Amino acid sequence: MADKHHETPMLDELENGPWPSFISGIKRLRDQHPEKRIRDVTNSLLGQLEHSYETRKGYWKGGTVSVFGYGGGIIPRFSEVASAFPESKEFHTIRVQPPAGNFYTTDMLRQLGDSWEKHGSGLVTFHGQTGNIMFIGTTSEGTQHFFDDINEYGWDLGGAGPCVRTGMSCVGAARCEQSCCSEHNIHRKLLNRFTDDVHRPALPYKFKFKVSGCPNDCQNAIERSDFAVIGTWRDDMKVDQAEVKAFVAKKGRQYVIDNVTTRCPTQAMTLNDDDTLTIDNRNCVRCMHCLNVMTKALSPGDDKGVTILIGGKRTLKIGDLMGTVVIPFMKMESEEDYDRITELGETIIDFWAENGLEHERCGEMVERIGLVNFLEGIGIDVDPNMVSSPRQSSYVRMDGWDEEAEKWFARKQEEKRARA
Amino acid sequence: MALADMRPPIESGCPDGFQYMHPVMVKNYGNWHYHEHPRPGVLLHVAHSGDKIWTVKAGTQRILDVFTLRKLCQIGDEQGEGFVRFTLRSNIEYMVADEAKVEPLIKALEDAGFVVGGTANSISTLSHTQGWLHCDIPGTDASGVVKAMMDELIDDFKNCRMPNRVHITTSCCQINCGGQGDIAINVQHTKPPKINHNLVSNVCERPSVVARCPVAAIRPAMVNGKPSLEVDEKKCICCGACYPPCPPMQINDAEHTKLAVWVGGNHSNARGKPTFQKLVAAGIPNNPPRWPEATAIVKQILKAYREGARDWERINDWIERIGWPRFFEVTGLPFTKYHVDNWRGARHSLNASTHIRF
Repeated sequence: MADKHHETPMLDELENGPWPSFISGIKRLRDQHPEKRIRDVTNSLLGQLEHSYETRKGYWKGGTVSVFGYGGGIIPRFSEVASAFPESKEFHTIRVQPPAGNFYTTDMLRQLGDSWEKHGSGLVTFHGQTGNIMFIGTTSEGTQHFFDDINEYGWDLGGAGPCVRTGMSCVGAARCEQSCCSEHNIHRKLLNRFTDDVHRPALPYKFKFKVSGCPNDCQNAIERSDFAVIGTWRDDMKVDQAEVKAFVAKKGRQYVIDNVTTRCPTQAMTLNDDDTLTIDNRNCVRCMHCLNVMTKALSPGDDKGVTILIGGKRTLKIGDLMGTVVIPFMKMESEEDYDRITELGETIIDFWAENGLEHERCGEMVERIGLVNFLEGIGIDVDPNMVSSPRQSSYVRMDGWDEEAEKWFARKQEEKRARA
Repeated sequence: MALADMRPPIESGCPDGFQYMHPVMVKNYGNWHYHEHPRPGVLLHVAHSGDKIWTVKAGTQRILDVFTLRKLCQIGDEQGEGFVRFTLRSNIEYMVADEAKVEPLIKALEDAGFVVGGTANSISTLSHTQGWLHCDIPGTDASGVVKAMMDELIDDFKNCRMPNRVHITTSCCQINCGGQGDIAINVQHTKPPKINHNLVSNVCERPSVVARCPVAAIRPAMVNGKPSLEVDEKKCICCGACYPPCPPMQINDAEHTKLAVWVGGNHSNARGKPTFQKLVAAGIPNNPPRWPEATAIVKQILKAYREGARDWERINDWIERIGWPRFFEVTGLPFTKYHVDNWRGARHSLNASTHIRF
């Protein structure tokens, strides 16, 4: 090991302490990897990172790099201080779509690691904030070779730039009793309808799909995605009264009152004198709290489906937005249901692509044009589930009132007929 | 390479997860009954069929070198059953159908330096962005901040002593790729960008940069005879949104790029509707390699939360119950004019009532 190393006194401090150290990991590549290319590139990377720690500045610049046939999927990085750290002067990240639910066999992880070692730095993250596997650090040429390699055994690039981004879904029905939909099927059905829009950035800005199997929203879909699919149910929750009694016997009445019934946001639960629960299901908002506390006694109902919220995003440019309910409930069982949800995705993306400004997220467009105009644009009727309350300001022109009221009654008639 | 030799991509998109799923999970897909939490870092899920699966969760350094990745795989093969997944916060989960494998799996992970925990009412791994390691606009590092903080919070990752789960996030710029968190440690710039006027016309698409500014503080200008951009520094909110489309508008500064701490972001619909995080502390030095000032504030908040919150209260639930004046009192943090939001749409954050706790 005669390699000459950059000094890294500040990074060395991050090798102390009990939590696993990424610096020690990068140093292992620098010191122990049999291939000189990897030893050199990681040494150079550490040198540049130490320089950032000393000067408190970043030194990577973007650019344009992709693979043959695609326009995105790569985060290009060129060093601004390449003369001092030449071996990592090109250090691109390759975004690869994970399987729905983030499942892997150890064999597959090894195979991916072997491919990456051949063409890249040997550094990888499961997963980035958008949800991609991040293979961190290779040259423009290595980008193509690595992609060619893994693409042959089932892996495809994720989104980067103004395009449909890689989707995310929770562990869901694979291991969770709260799951109200087949998260992984919805995730794949949606994403793989828009494969072209993932690989060829041509939209106003990014567009994200995320799927959570229940309102606990472990996938952070409402706040972090333009198109949030959340599993829910519309019949009564299931109550196993014998298990309720067992829970009360084990934890005590006081615990159940303090931690279950009084925490219900709509006061829809009563603990009875015989230690059973009465649920006012008409007023249950499916918040999940009681089901989370009493997982054995309480379960979602049987009439399951999803709620869809549109327009969540983080700060840039107009501030953080939560998604807004656009579909209060839809079934997700038949082939037609799956077609309906992808058609909704198509309609919304098409409308936004037509009407969104450059670098404007879907939620920002909705904010600019108003929810009502957005709903008219995508052909969906207003519904009181879409608002927290009706308007407070009288400054609005309402000479279309009678027609609008008539539409409401006609819709209610139609729903009644459909139910009969 | 000639174009004719280039390999066209197979546009396979998102892979099917079922091929990598533990067989017990495939068999019981959609038919799970309940779960238990036998000890920190371990979950037991029971299916309606009676089948059981144990999950052992561990924290890692997230930026994995291939040696570490292979070590994780080796543990999965020797002590586990070869099936893993990663959580949203980049923890690795090993699934096994044989209870006897749980303890040896924990031991192997801990012997190799990984940290078993992160379940239920623990502090899970900080979710983080790329920072100086790989981002093109970072104000600070991400992996380093997380490593330094998790060194201090590790006991609460390994134990379940918090009132409810705690999700902490970081963001290395104000675009905020990190999500909402119970506690968020985010970059906050405090000075307008420094413009290199010699480069602007060659590097930046000026109309796009003008359009990017949230407060319309940027306008085209001729500077030293060259087309460039100027910033109205009275209007500028120092957010750095102009920096990505126009790198000559440098927003990062060794001294004036600071950190701010936000609390009460909660994605879940449990109990209340999802909430955004609120500002509680700013002006915190961006102090590598260990950011001790930021960690101290996070620990102050966590201590007050742990002592004051009731079971199942997330940080936002706790503050909702005790009120913001009490929050500032029990954490010892100053309340300043910067905490008051002051645009038209923020009126709902003002107290228009006599609801005051004395």
